[in-house]
Amino acid sequence: MTAVLVLAAVAAACVQASSTLSVACWPRRSPAAAIVLWQAIGLGWGLAAVGTLIGLGTATHRSGLAGSALSQVAGFLDGRAHAPLGFLAAARLVCLAAGLVLLSLLVGVLLSVSTAVLRARQRQRVLLSLLAHGDPKVPGALVVDYPAAAAYCLPGLHSAIVISAGTLDLLDSDELAAVLAHERAHLRERHDLVLLPFIALLHGFGWSRAARQAHRAVALLVEMHADDRALRQRPARELATALLRVGAAGGGLAPSGALAAIEADLGGEVAARVTRLLRPAPSLSAPALALVGLAAVLAVIVPAAVLVIPF
Amino acid sequence: MDVLWEAPESLTVRQVSGQLTERDLAHTTVMTVLDRLSKKGFARRQRDGRAWRYRAAESREAYVTELMLSALDQTGDRQAALARFVRSVSGSEARALLNALEALGEGSKG
Repeated sequence: MTAVLVLAAVAAACVQASSTLSVACWPRRSPAAAIVLWQAIGLGWGLAAVGTLIGLGTATHRSGLAGSALSQVAGFLDGRAHAPLGFLAAARLVCLAAGLVLLSLLVGVLLSVSTAVLRARQRQRVLLSLLAHGDPKVPGALVVDYPAAAAYCLPGLHSAIVISAGTLDLLDSDELAAVLAHERAHLRERHDLVLLPFIALLHGFGWSRAARQAHRAVALLVEMHADDRALRQRPARELATALLRVGAAGGGLAPSGALAAIEADLGGEVAARVTRLLRPAPSLSAPALALVGLAAVLAVIVPAAVLVIPF
Repeated sequence: MDVLWEAPESLTVRQVSGQLTERDLAHTTVMTVLDRLSKKGFARRQRDGRAWRYRAAESREAYVTELMLSALDQTGDRQAALARFVRSVSGSEARALLNALEALGEGSKG
């Protein structure tokens, strides 16, 4: 029973930590550290939530929670299910099934989102091969003749940075260089993989405020981290004006209803990125970073250990 | 593909290779490329006597729009497939910020 209590506590702590983290100010000072902590909290929550349900559904925890659950499932399948179930055994069966459903939901959503992502990127690559051309103003990037401002990167093994002709007209050469530096940071550090689990979380638990908040926070931190990387090569002002110009011109899609509210919020996010660039706060001190690292390690190690080690 | 987009009507393989004058391509190479394009759905072909005639399935603009919409519309799976530099913000807000920034820049220079 101790194992189940520990796991339930970890799951609750992860939810609490994510809501605290999504409104905290310090992540903006050290986005990379905060991203690591978010990943750890996400993984820790998944392990703990599945573990709690499976633990409730398992009679003994002698061979570690995961092992006991497996033998219990084998037992049920082995024909004991045909025997009349007592109330306790039936409740256990329900919990065990709920745990397995949650586990398969988490894995399934991750797989389906990954497949959809790969398909969309493949389509982009084919279209780009037909439509895009190079331009000396943006070395290494693909230019598409489209009047509105758009700049994005296509991650993957055959990655590409795509800039619309409208963006070429909108930005001067320094600002374009800043955009390229930002996008190259995304591609080099595979930020798409960092974000993928949170997009999957959004797909599986879009109704949950915590999931939406977590996704928003991580997406913003990833952008801030790429901004930081771009600052190693370009001055902050170029990146800031590029952000504002593209942000202001890149509309094109009329926001309606709920989307309008989101757009207003996004204005806040762009403002946050720009403010950060122009008035940088010092990054976290070494002890604070160590503390964040410790929290991240604990968030994963504790539930993993409870699942594997017999009590 | 550019040749097909610019042609007013469908073209035979020979007509396409005739227009690709800048590159000396073998007839069979052009035929293979056109065949692949039609298999991927970018070109449509119809029988014309013993030859196939090819035309673009959609206009160039339609494909550009598809490409850009999937980049600008960041809902659903598309958001995961691509990473945009910045999302569009409400125009007035961004313009106010931009004005402030330019005022700031002039101040520091002057």
